[in-house]
Amino acid sequence: MTKVVKKEDIMGKFSNGQTIMIGGFLAVGTPEDLVDILVEKNVRNLTVIANDTAFVGKGVGKLVVNKQLKKVIVSHIGTNPETGRQMNAGELDVELVPQGTLAERIRCAGAGLGGVLTPTGVGTIVEEGKEKFSLDGRTYLLERPLQADIALIKAARADTFGNLVFRRASRNFNPLMAMAAGLVIVQAEEIVEKGCLDPDEVMTPGIFVHMLIKG
Amino acid sequence: MSNPREIVGKRIARFFQDGDLVNLGIGMPTAVANYLPEGVNIILHSENGFVGLGPTPPEGREDKDVVNAGGQPVTILPGGACFDSAMSFAIIRGGHLAATVLGALQVDEEGNLANWMVPGKLVPGMGGAMDLVAGARKVIIAMEHTAKDGSPKILKRCDLPLTASKEVDYIVTELGLMEVTAAGIVLRELAPQVTVEEILAKTEARLIIPETIGSMEL
Repeated sequence: MTKVVKKEDIMGKFSNGQTIMIGGFLAVGTPEDLVDILVEKNVRNLTVIANDTAFVGKGVGKLVVNKQLKKVIVSHIGTNPETGRQMNAGELDVELVPQGTLAERIRCAGAGLGGVLTPTGVGTIVEEGKEKFSLDGRTYLLERPLQADIALIKAARADTFGNLVFRRASRNFNPLMAMAAGLVIVQAEEIVEKGCLDPDEVMTPGIFVHMLIKG
Repeated sequence: MSNPREIVGKRIARFFQDGDLVNLGIGMPTAVANYLPEGVNIILHSENGFVGLGPTPPEGREDKDVVNAGGQPVTILPGGACFDSAMSFAIIRGGHLAATVLGALQVDEEGNLANWMVPGKLVPGMGGAMDLVAGARKVIIAMEHTAKDGSPKILKRCDLPLTASKEVDYIVTELGLMEVTAAGIVLRELAPQVTVEEILAKTEARLIIPETIGSMEL
């Protein structure tokens, strides 16, 4: 059994209004080919969950420029002036989340947890509308899980079953997002036969992965 | 000794002990790594997912997967390790960082910090700053003492949106070293040729002046 698919198979999975997680940190570890398919399909009103909106013309930035997004849930938009422009014009809803909180909210969804208690954001505007807990002399915010319809993941190596190996700083949010979406699509730089990856080397087990393309 | 980056960098570098795990913010904080005393090697944490952050590679030797949290090409030193974002922020929040060094727009008498947005003008997002300030064992602010227009940045009370509440431990500027205590901000050291009167004039917050003030050894 192989999970390697054609571009058309992936194209058929995208539709208007979906929530999509996209791996990467300033586009390092972002599956650019998968983003390009999303741009080509030109679906609209998407909610994207990602670390940042990267740059104009790169990574998540391409979807911003193409005006396919109604909302982004991210920790940083400063490197993409178009995101700020659309936000100020009321065209794009931006939810800013501290980076560590974003990671844990995604992890919660994949791990079956109802939320996480974090000290990050206490005493700031991040705490607005959130439940607070005082435990052992420290105050925490309850942060709820984030899940998605689809996760777009970038790996360095994969086997045909979808076992993944990431490289250097391109790992970032990818392993977390691969656990938190209904459909997980991976772009891998190299795809080897099942059995060619040492089980100890696998960073994301193939059980989480549904579709693979090389790129 | 002229430029603030060098004065601040040299002083903050002396906070660290050999082997400390530290996160340096972008800008003036990054310069701290250039001034570590002989025999003190610190391990740098990069919040996009590794420890063992090393210098910029020579041109042509960049690795597309090895960048710092600002997206600039860097290297990973021998002994370094890579991980995902949940591990990266577990390191930060879990108290495993000896210190974080960050810039500031405003700091106040209670140790509140504002460094992530100016409403209506600059809304880049907090990135990892809120986690760093809430989680590191020591929070050290590296900045110029006043804003470009000369207005004070060390205030009685921050009026910009906060990055964290009551988390700042030290403020280091080209004029001196200040410690945030339960009683307020204490002036611990003055930079060479700086007087108490000068630093008071450029600070809006009440500065507590102890009987002895050290001289910032650089």
